[in-house]
Amino acid sequence: MGLAEAAALPWYVELWRAIAGTVLIFSGVAVVAAMFGVLLERKISGWMQSRLGPKHVGPQGLLQTIADTIKLLQKENIVPRNADATIFASAVLVVPLAALLDYVVIPFGTTRWGPLIFRDLNIGVLYFAATSSLVVVGILMAGWGSNNKYALIGGLRSASQMVSYEIPMGLALITVAMLAGSLSTVKIVDAQAGWWYAVEQPLAFLIFLIAAVAEVNRVPFDLVEAESELVAGYFSEYTGMRFALFQLGEYGEMFAMAAMAVTLFLGGWRGPVLPPVLWFVIKLYALIFVFMWVRWTYPRFRIDQLLNFAWKVLIPVGLLNLVVTAFFVMVVHR
Amino acid sequence: MLLDWGYVAIFAIVGTLLAAMPLLVIWLISPRSDYPQKFETYESGVPAIGQAWAQFNVRYYLFSLVFVVFDVEIIYLYPWAVVYRKAGPVAFYDMLVFLAILTLGLVYAWRKGALEWV
Amino acid sequence: MTGEAIAFYGLAAVILVSGLVVVSSPNIVHSAVALVPAFLGITGIYILLGAEFVAGIQVLIYAGAITVLVLFVIMLTEGGTGLRQRQRNEQGPIGASVAVAIAVLLIAGVTHTTWGRGAGTLPAYTPGAIGQSFLGTNLLVFEGTSLVLLVSLIGAIIIARKEE
Repeated sequence: MGLAEAAALPWYVELWRAIAGTVLIFSGVAVVAAMFGVLLERKISGWMQSRLGPKHVGPQGLLQTIADTIKLLQKENIVPRNADATIFASAVLVVPLAALLDYVVIPFGTTRWGPLIFRDLNIGVLYFAATSSLVVVGILMAGWGSNNKYALIGGLRSASQMVSYEIPMGLALITVAMLAGSLSTVKIVDAQAGWWYAVEQPLAFLIFLIAAVAEVNRVPFDLVEAESELVAGYFSEYTGMRFALFQLGEYGEMFAMAAMAVTLFLGGWRGPVLPPVLWFVIKLYALIFVFMWVRWTYPRFRIDQLLNFAWKVLIPVGLLNLVVTAFFVMVVHR
Repeated sequence: MLLDWGYVAIFAIVGTLLAAMPLLVIWLISPRSDYPQKFETYESGVPAIGQAWAQFNVRYYLFSLVFVVFDVEIIYLYPWAVVYRKAGPVAFYDMLVFLAILTLGLVYAWRKGALEWV
Repeated sequence: MTGEAIAFYGLAAVILVSGLVVVSSPNIVHSAVALVPAFLGITGIYILLGAEFVAGIQVLIYAGAITVLVLFVIMLTEGGTGLRQRQRNEQGPIGASVAVAIAVLLIAGVTHTTWGRGAGTLPAYTPGAIGQSFLGTNLLVFEGTSLVLLVSLIGAIIIARKEE
């Protein structure tokens, strides 16, 4: 049980493995989720609105976000005079870190030596819910620390929205955990060897997806950063690389939510013929495409509609779904 | 088990350093040109009136209060969910009673208008 | 020194430092935000004790939910006015002496107790074991909890409606 007994390898090998895994996940998320994600978003937005999107930097505009990152690196770091400097500066670290901590429990694929996951925690699903709830604190810190009216209103709206949608998300997680009989993400993927949970539990899948879109503050739940009223919401005052770190957090969280949806409902890495990692990536991008599709399909909610929808539709439906599922599991098992 | 969490701790520590690295880079290379207007609070180009730190609507507080109670209730369902398949029908009725009381709370909050955004 | 000991003293340092910020910062929002590292440090202690599930709760409820609630309360009541709280008053010496007395008592208590070293294995705090106890020995406690939560929800709503 202790640290020393459990380690099969010498401690410095374990330490280097942990550090290497962390660097790999961070750079992977920064490149795949943040840089490529932004490019994809702009390309798909352009396509849906019958325009071209970025076109000039590199072939077909592929290098656009790299150019943007280099541009952001050269920008000045401005802290407004009225801002609370300590909280303003530390919020920048909290948001991306909380988003990236989610990736610890996501199984990206499987190899001969076992599943490809940073760490298969016993309480995986609960861990995911816990770390993604930390993003709220970072957003409130950013909103309050800026001492900007837009930022503070954006931060407060975001916090009440994210906490409201955490409940239906938790209900969907519990439904899946009940079917799999475990909180470990690897065991949940294993339990889907026959059927995907999206087939068995379409309602829970839908609830999870809606809650995920709300948790990452995207359209139609984006009144947090409604451009036409709140400029950029809680990160209005952030410039240059700090702004980029918020983007990393936001896209990192979006990809983490999609990856978790794949793990819980779409059978994770499972699929015929193609290698497991490829299957995972295909499913992940399919869901990311759905997120972007939704963005250009639905108008923005008002805050009362948004909270009503969480408390008066999603939570009762989630509770009912849990009870009905539990009932069927009991009947089938008898 | 502790080894798992050792990994998570390393992830958090190294992750903080990695997230802070770009900030160090811009501290070294970013241009600095100071003039007082630059550090004004942004308010769409007009000089900001007053502070943003003012009293806020009680609604936000009310929603987070209801949320905390529900979050705690949800937490109790995680251990129940893990053992449900192995347990007998007692687990089902156990949960049914628990959720019935929880639903009573939801109905109460609904009827009292705690879930209305005015 | 073993890995666990290093982790324990590191976590204890985090908890103590952020706890000091919580009680001594003149800015009430800083106090609220400093609660987060304190809560996370306590999470680490739970993990060292083998209670993973409790650690998950600690992050989800305390670091995630309670901190947000506290921040909302501050924004509701104080806004910008409460930023310069006076942290000392004339009762300082009395408070300090009470704190010292309690510390002496605690240290005396801890050092004079004979601790049952190596008394069996740690109880299992896995979600499965907790779930089993909800269905067996602690069934009434489990149902009772939902009643307690219902009462607290009703109480919270009544108090909040009065504030309006």
